[in-house]
Amino acid sequence: MVNDYRIQGDTGEWEVVIGLEVHAQVVSNAKLFSGAATAFGAEPNTQVSLVDAAMPGMLPVPNRECIRQAVRTGMAIDAKINRWSRFDRKNYFYADLPQGYQISQLYHPLVGEGAVTVLLDEKDEGSARTIGVERIHVEQDAGKLMHDQHPTMSYVDLNRSGVALMEIVSRPDMRSPGEAGAYLRKLRAILRYVGSCDGNMEEGSMRADVNVSVRRVGGPGEKEAELGTRTETKNVNSVRFVMAVIEHEARRQVELIEEGGAVAQETRLFDPDKGVTRTLRSKEDAHDYRYFPDPDLLPLELEDEFLAACRASLPELPDAKRKRYEGLGITAYNAAVLTADVESANYFDNLLDGLQRPEFAPDAANWVISELFGMLNRTGRDISKSPISVRQAAELLSLIADGTISKTIAKQVSELMLDENSGHFGDDPTRIVETRGLKQTSDTGQIDARIDEILAANTDKVAQYKAGKEALFGFFVGQTMKAMAGKANPAVLNERLRAKLAA
Amino acid sequence: MSVDTATVRHIAKLARIAMSDADIDALVPELNNILGWVEQLAAVDTEGVEPLTAVIDQKLRLRDDIIDDGNIRDEVLANAPDAQHGFFAVPKVIE
Repeated sequence: MVNDYRIQGDTGEWEVVIGLEVHAQVVSNAKLFSGAATAFGAEPNTQVSLVDAAMPGMLPVPNRECIRQAVRTGMAIDAKINRWSRFDRKNYFYADLPQGYQISQLYHPLVGEGAVTVLLDEKDEGSARTIGVERIHVEQDAGKLMHDQHPTMSYVDLNRSGVALMEIVSRPDMRSPGEAGAYLRKLRAILRYVGSCDGNMEEGSMRADVNVSVRRVGGPGEKEAELGTRTETKNVNSVRFVMAVIEHEARRQVELIEEGGAVAQETRLFDPDKGVTRTLRSKEDAHDYRYFPDPDLLPLELEDEFLAACRASLPELPDAKRKRYEGLGITAYNAAVLTADVESANYFDNLLDGLQRPEFAPDAANWVISELFGMLNRTGRDISKSPISVRQAAELLSLIADGTISKTIAKQVSELMLDENSGHFGDDPTRIVETRGLKQTSDTGQIDARIDEILAANTDKVAQYKAGKEALFGFFVGQTMKAMAGKANPAVLNERLRAKLAA
Repeated sequence: MSVDTATVRHIAKLARIAMSDADIDALVPELNNILGWVEQLAAVDTEGVEPLTAVIDQKLRLRDDIIDDGNIRDEVLANAPDAQHGFFAVPKVIE
């Protein structure tokens, strides 16, 4: 199994049990309960309404789009959608929370149980694991505090206060850092396909609270009571950091227990510079949130029509798309790479539409992954800013498909299109092939002449070939192709060469 | 259900209300009276009765996803004890 992550302790082997609570910012123009804007990076406190600032007498009115996006997200992970849900107040005091409570959903969340299937190895369907999702609820984000602007004061910006978040709570179903990483990446992909969250972890649109506990291998069952005491590391903002937190926490807890100590149920914070976690809040001042139904908000009841429209608006999701690609003859690995992110999947779908040759899909996949992605990586570009448009890519691949140019020449053409100094940056492939005279030739006279020269210059190798060393055929093909600057039609070249060597 | 001085002290702390021991001692019987009064409601048989969420028959209204508020920084900051450079300024809070 890919999945045997073990911590080797002094007294035996341990396994780790992981659950993730992911906070995903909902894509919407306005906030969850007010008409103020949500855009990132605005001047402080300019995107704040009197509702967000919690002025007395203000009443929250939920934004339909935020509810719709959370419902669509739930549907995308096959979750139960609760037609009746309710908002609760989670009470605590902090300088970034002007209301003195966060409007959340504890008792009756909008979305119930669902699941996310992940592949631990993208080449191997057998490595699939299903991670349960317990619930998704909708809640308000808090404001932002800045501590480094003044020696004795903290500055508060409420622009983020009241922005809609989905809290996506997994079951404690993960057993290794790799599994948690795969879950987070898959969840991010689904959110981006659905369009309910942009998944931008650097800007904080997606962050995870990581719950970790350890237990001896072969311990009791899977029920919560049979798991070890867990710690929760808050607000981890990259897949890599989530994996680092798990590795560090698992080792720390094993050492602690083996030295005779006990894990305290506490909230911890990750220090990315040192790669360690430390106590944020100990149990003595553990929060007592005194949740109760928010009297400002009636229960949220969803109509059939609304739910049907949510379902009808779902796009083809990563798993379905991957299966469709594999059905076109694309390898499992390539299909996984192409569907990993919605932007590359959309690029490839549009490319297939433009190409109109489904039988050429596996070649197109190879070209996109090895040529286009390779070059975008090297030049640090994103697929959305590809200098080769979908239309141009389809044109280039059509030139290969109909035999106008060889794959080798196609590679040259793509390089010219991607090189800002080539004089052909962003040019159409047909134009480049014409102006540079790169068309493949099937002119047997020309090909024959080059073959004759190569054979004449390598009489020793011809003799060896005729004596049975057939691997030399490739050498002759290579030499002739080189002499023709890569422009010979490979099929014609092979056929002529074989005939001449047999003569 | 009833509360003791320790519970009242705890909830006062959670609510960030400063109270003297004398205040708390006075509040314990007062709160217990209220709790006792609320507990009388438990005597009513509510078997099979749906919880009432509102006294008027109304559904939760939703708003459209339109930006029609904000850009009122001066109004938002007007009542703040201290504001600097467009931020609320509060005594330093770092956990």
